[in-house]
Amino acid sequence: MKILHCPLNGPRNIQEFVYGGEVASMPDQDAGSDSEWTDYVFLEDNRAGLVREWWLHVASGYWFIAERDTSSDKVLRTYPPDQPFAGGGPARKS
Amino acid sequence: MTGDRLNPPYGILLDRAKPVRFSFEGGNYSGFIGDTIASALAANDVWLISRSFKYHRPRGILSMTGDDGNCLVQIGPEPNVPADRRPISHGLRVTGQHYKGSLRRDRSKWIEWFARFLPVGFYYHAFFKPRGAWDFWEKRIRAAAGLGHIGQVARKNTFDKNYAFADVAVVGGGGAGVAAAIAAARAGGRVILIERQPLLGGSLNHARFDAAGRRGVETAKALAEEMEALDDKITVMSDAVCTGLFADNFLAVTSGERLTKLRAESVVLATGLIEQPAVFANNDLPGVMLGSAAQKLLWLYAVRPGRRAVVIASNSDGYGVALDLDDAGIAVEAVVDLRYTIAGDSLIREALDRGIRIIHGYAIERAVPNTGGSHVAGLDLRLRPGQDSGPPETRRLDCDLICVSIGWAPAAALVAQAGGEVVYDDTRSAFKIAAAPDGIVTAGAVRGEWDLDAAIADGRRAGKHAMAGGHKDSAVEDPAVTPESNPWPIFDSDKGKAFIDFDEDLTPQDIEHSVAEGFDDIELVKRYSTVGMGPSQGRYSATNAVRLTRILTNEPLSGAKGWTNRPPTVPEKFGLLAGRRFEPRRLTPMHHHHEAAGAGMMVAGDWLRPVCYGADENAAVQQEVTAVRQNVGMIDVSTLGGLDIRGPDAAEFLNRMYTSAYSTQPVGRGRYALMCDVSGTIIDDGVACRFADDHFYVTTTTGGSDTVFRSMLWWNAQWRLDIDTTNVTGAFASVNIAGPRSRDLLAPLCPDIDLSPEAFPYMAVRQGDVANIPARILRVGFVGELGYEIHVPAGCGAALWERLTVAGHSFEMRPFGVEAQRVLRLEKGHIIVGQDTDGLTHPDEACMTWAISKRKPFFVGGRAVEMHRRRGVARILVGFTLPAATQILPEECHLVVRGQEIIGRVTSIARSITLGHPIGLAYVAPDQAEPGVEFTIKGPGGRLIRATVSALPFYDPQNRRQSA
Repeated sequence: MKILHCPLNGPRNIQEFVYGGEVASMPDQDAGSDSEWTDYVFLEDNRAGLVREWWLHVASGYWFIAERDTSSDKVLRTYPPDQPFAGGGPARKS
Repeated sequence: MTGDRLNPPYGILLDRAKPVRFSFEGGNYSGFIGDTIASALAANDVWLISRSFKYHRPRGILSMTGDDGNCLVQIGPEPNVPADRRPISHGLRVTGQHYKGSLRRDRSKWIEWFARFLPVGFYYHAFFKPRGAWDFWEKRIRAAAGLGHIGQVARKNTFDKNYAFADVAVVGGGGAGVAAAIAAARAGGRVILIERQPLLGGSLNHARFDAAGRRGVETAKALAEEMEALDDKITVMSDAVCTGLFADNFLAVTSGERLTKLRAESVVLATGLIEQPAVFANNDLPGVMLGSAAQKLLWLYAVRPGRRAVVIASNSDGYGVALDLDDAGIAVEAVVDLRYTIAGDSLIREALDRGIRIIHGYAIERAVPNTGGSHVAGLDLRLRPGQDSGPPETRRLDCDLICVSIGWAPAAALVAQAGGEVVYDDTRSAFKIAAAPDGIVTAGAVRGEWDLDAAIADGRRAGKHAMAGGHKDSAVEDPAVTPESNPWPIFDSDKGKAFIDFDEDLTPQDIEHSVAEGFDDIELVKRYSTVGMGPSQGRYSATNAVRLTRILTNEPLSGAKGWTNRPPTVPEKFGLLAGRRFEPRRLTPMHHHHEAAGAGMMVAGDWLRPVCYGADENAAVQQEVTAVRQNVGMIDVSTLGGLDIRGPDAAEFLNRMYTSAYSTQPVGRGRYALMCDVSGTIIDDGVACRFADDHFYVTTTTGGSDTVFRSMLWWNAQWRLDIDTTNVTGAFASVNIAGPRSRDLLAPLCPDIDLSPEAFPYMAVRQGDVANIPARILRVGFVGELGYEIHVPAGCGAALWERLTVAGHSFEMRPFGVEAQRVLRLEKGHIIVGQDTDGLTHPDEACMTWAISKRKPFFVGGRAVEMHRRRGVARILVGFTLPAATQILPEECHLVVRGQEIIGRVTSIARSITLGHPIGLAYVAPDQAEPGVEFTIKGPGGRLIRATVSALPFYDPQNRRQSA
């Protein structure tokens, strides 16, 4: 069973984690066409190669990002989402 | 009779002080503790153990490893037990399997006469005509196929799981494996050494490495002494087999009824070699066995494998076998050496010195069966073309034992499973491990180290390498001396069947036919012919099958791969995987009260909840509903999810997560909270209670609390709002007091809270003490009566229930369960997310448009909800009624139909005592969604039922009672 390195908790069995889909930035909800929004909701890149994806360590409720090569199923690195989402993402307005 | 057992030092696995009596096929036999079924039978001169899968040919000992399919027996309800692996015990009753009549006189053996009508894949070409042919033949084929019988009565076994951790796991306790374990332990590691046999040593215990035959024993002894010094650092798991090697060096090891899940930093695979059979006519007769099998019978079990032997050899191991047989007093008729050139070595010289006859220049014609056809009686040879004239064209050698020593394949299954590369090497005439994955080190004979000293040294190297991380090391040299194997041990003959795969009764012709039919890759040949798909999984057939396929398809042998190898390496019982069945359940703090009050419990997600209180469910539910409508009732709602959201951005966060607006929600109020996902689908609902500007307490459905919590954490990992979310579902216990008298009951218990309708209106929330327990109180209206939902710390849940029960005595308060609550909420037309909504329901379909705020710029799913609105609804959730006299009600999920079209379905339905007629919720077409419109439900048995759309809520349309 694979070991995944949680940035917070260190190396843990993969059973302690839940996969959360590809990291993708949400398009502006007001701009863009219906089909652009539909693509965002339903389509994934499904690439053979390096992908960035969300993983949750269930017991500690900690979400982080993993870079994984889908051809070899090797996780190259894992890191907290702080940096990529420092700006708070596109839905900042209120 | 092969006579009594040989004296010690033969028989190292036997405990001669413990004789055992057992039965086989009704006959009584004796053996010793330490014997396997096959060794004990052999000691009693019983060699016929099984019947083959297709042709019912007599079969017996082949390998003595437990990994071939030639001696499978049945023990009670357990089929397919390898007799050469299973130990005997006192009173064990064993039978053969897969025969009609008796093992000796199997009436099914006539099928071999029809062999020419049963070529490989015959079932793909036959039984299409005439009509009904397959129906006729299928029953007969199914009865004839399969091996053994599965007992239908489940027995209680205790299968257990165990977890282990090691710096280095060594698989294989032969010379190289023990050396690797010693080296790793000396380098400071915690080592776990896994060995299939009861004793360590592997081939050291039975193979002959030198003319005097002493090196195996001496080497084993020396290694044992080294190991003793490292006693506490090396854990030996004997009688244990590694059935799979999974990601990041996670090993599955089974031993008896225990499965150990072992995580190792590095793994050493020292699994050794698998001796290979030769393919010649009647090579499957009892008495034809691998050379190493004969040596195991001698050395491990003190059993003479025969009286008069011929050794077919293609390496010097065959000469070692001949010397062992000679030492044990068995007549060696001849060694038939298949090699064209023979290099002399100490074993061959010793054989010559002893006067053992060596025949070469001949090919194998066939093994000659005895009169009954149940055992070998001789070996026919034919002169190879190109030999000098002089020697006879054909020769017959009389014997009752043929030992085959023609080559070796690496036991590389685990390497292949872990992603290593195993390819055929022309120079070795065998498969070899071309590359092992990172973290896995191969050692010893499995790597091709043939010389004993070199194999031990290789083990030590591997142990050190593993402690250093086991990374791929291109500096490791190829072995100087590799095992010798015959490049083409396949002899055509028309004098009998030559088997390339014993399990499936396949001959080389079957492989030829497969290729001729167009299956020209080994993966296709495997699936079409079934080669390698039996109990031995290609261990004794893959090498020849690959050779044959490559030659037939004009492909080079070098670099050829076998078929994909998958776990488990040996058969695994389901019980091992199941272990002790363990199904966790969450109980509320009031659970024992429900049981004491006679409640039947139901499973809701992880939780147990009371269905109703009383044995007669219908009566109990009716009484509970009536109690709530007319008096007061109490329900345990602790299972509902609860989330505390605190921080300056709390309201903004809820604005984005839910469809309504929360920025302007006053402190001290609750507001309905509907959650959608990015596709606009309703995924959960609850109530958001504002206890402070920066503190919201949000409830969720029982099944949704984990999902909602994870979703909130995920979104805020991206938004990075200044909030903290805590899942407090388990931290709170909660109770709902509902009914017209609920205020009267509660008021005396809440001296600090003003429960009057002006001070505590509908949908308000307050904090204070209830019966001296600190509580959060919500006035919500799920069941449509005046009611209060009281949330207290979980540790006080039982006390709250008890104090409310006591207070409720003078009000004749009744506890009510989930069933009554479902009827009550249905009477108010309140939806249950996940029951009245499905994976596609968006707010407009469920008449939830009112819950969508039009004033805020963003919420999760907003864009999709707006897209759904523009497209218009295809179905609408409506309330409906049925006539009071309706006998048979439709059920949830019965379809709403219009002619031949499916319009929607019923999502909820119940008989309402309050209203006096059945009510329900259903999806109907938009043009049917007006009160008074009739629609059709296809009910039980397909009967069509007319229902009438009704406005919601059914009960108390003005909502006066819940706002009291």
